[in-house]
Amino acid sequence: MKKVLTTPVRAEDIEALHIGDIVYLTGTLVTGRDDVHRRVVSEGMASPYDLHDGVIFHAGPIVRESAGGNELISVGPTSSVRMESLEAAFIEKTGVRVIIGKGGMGPATAAACQKFKAIHCVAMGGCAVSAACQVEAIEDCFWRELGMPECEWVMRVKEFGPLVVSIDAHGGNLYAENKAKYAARKDACEAPILESVKDYMVVE
Amino acid sequence: MTNKEAGAVLTDVMERFLCVACKRLPDDVYEKLRQCRAAETSELQRVIYDSYFDNLRRAWEMGRPCCQDTGLLHFYIRCGADFPYMGAVEPALRLAVARATASAPLRENTVDYFTERNTGDNTGERMPWLHWDILPEGSDLEICAYFAGAGCCLPGRAQVFKPADGYGAIVKYVFDAVADLALNACPPLIVGVGLGHNVENAAVLSKMAYLRPLGTSHPHPKGAKLERDLLAGLNGLGIGAQGLPGERVAMEVHVESSARHTATIAVGVNVSCYTHRRGFITFHEDMSWEQDSYKGVSL
Ligand code: SF4
Repeated sequence: MKKVLTTPVRAEDIEALHIGDIVYLTGTLVTGRDDVHRRVVSEGMASPYDLHDGVIFHAGPIVRESAGGNELISVGPTSSVRMESLEAAFIEKTGVRVIIGKGGMGPATAAACQKFKAIHCVAMGGCAVSAACQVEAIEDCFWRELGMPECEWVMRVKEFGPLVVSIDAHGGNLYAENKAKYAARKDACEAPILESVKDYMVVE
Repeated sequence: MTNKEAGAVLTDVMERFLCVACKRLPDDVYEKLRQCRAAETSELQRVIYDSYFDNLRRAWEMGRPCCQDTGLLHFYIRCGADFPYMGAVEPALRLAVARATASAPLRENTVDYFTERNTGDNTGERMPWLHWDILPEGSDLEICAYFAGAGCCLPGRAQVFKPADGYGAIVKYVFDAVADLALNACPPLIVGVGLGHNVENAAVLSKMAYLRPLGTSHPHPKGAKLERDLLAGLNGLGIGAQGLPGERVAMEVHVESSARHTATIAVGVNVSCYTHRRGFITFHEDMSWEQDSYKGVSL
């Protein structure tokens, strides 16, 4: 059965999830990446959209803008790690519950997720058209002067996903765990190649 | 044909070419991606690859860019010295990018330094980025167009080593770049390795490496072996699509080299994501043209 989170997301919903779970999201999500994080955390501005119990999506969409309304062409996650230095403060200030992005995030975000009952999930990178098809409407747009990729787009979504829980509210961090596993295999994978290039400096 | 007329043809054809190239993968990359999918066994990887192929199908059917990050536009140009309209090329490519930004549409990604303004049409200071190779013979203009997304630019790097570090330094450098940095670049990747003598020549070569058509290999047998060994080694790390556990972090590893200084070994690593959006198109001196990256597709 599909696990579907619905906004507003409560702390109990978050606590029921663990790293590696696959979930979908129904309700409202708001895009925000480098510039939105900088404004909220470094410049002390309040997010125009109230993110309390809400969802922030590290993403910059392509939107066809016209007087008749905004049409979403494609949207997909961007690398969350760029927001690592600001995310913990962002969670604390906004009360956001779900962060969606691409790739893992670091220990500061993981600690904030545990403390404030939030999660980080990864959406499929580079699957922008499928994702756009799960967005029912663009409901609003704030801070448009930041440029199309950087501003806040408010989107109504239905069963948006699949999303993989990468940081849970119990201290788990999927990407950090995986990275350690990959690192443990590195020496063994390198060894035969190092052996084979040993004589490459010899003049032919 | 005047320079102006040739420029108009180039602008028009390149705009249409870009509109295709951002919406589907070149045939060789699509086929390679299918092979990678077949190598994956886990449920999670199956879900990811299903998303990849579902997305590619929808992108083409709906006529939309397959990834929202349509990047910055790079053109790698090989131009025969006898091609008559060289002067028309740069302005035509700039205009084609600006027009494709509206017509594809491409995401507005281009920000000038210091003004920090998004230019709105993906042209800007020295952007699109052009790299010219002038060939001593011939009159064809071959253009390789590439959409450089941010996620796959982030892991890129280059470094200069001492000869005493040997080829082992190259191997370790590639492993570090891929295993530590490239997980977020939407694997399976095409890994470009450039071997040169200083930092920027190695970096340029790493770019040329990943633009090379799939199925080609380094001309020297040891270079070709290094490509195969690195591919097998990287794919042994246990990393799959989206950097999550799996079998294939790389679709292919390509190595390009120049001669080196006797006292340096320089390595560049550049990766491209699973949506490897690069297309080749060739114009002849009468401005007729052909492309074979997308067989059976008319622009
Ligand atoms: S790494 Fe490639 S596929 Fe992934 S989001 Fe960036 S451009 Fe798209």
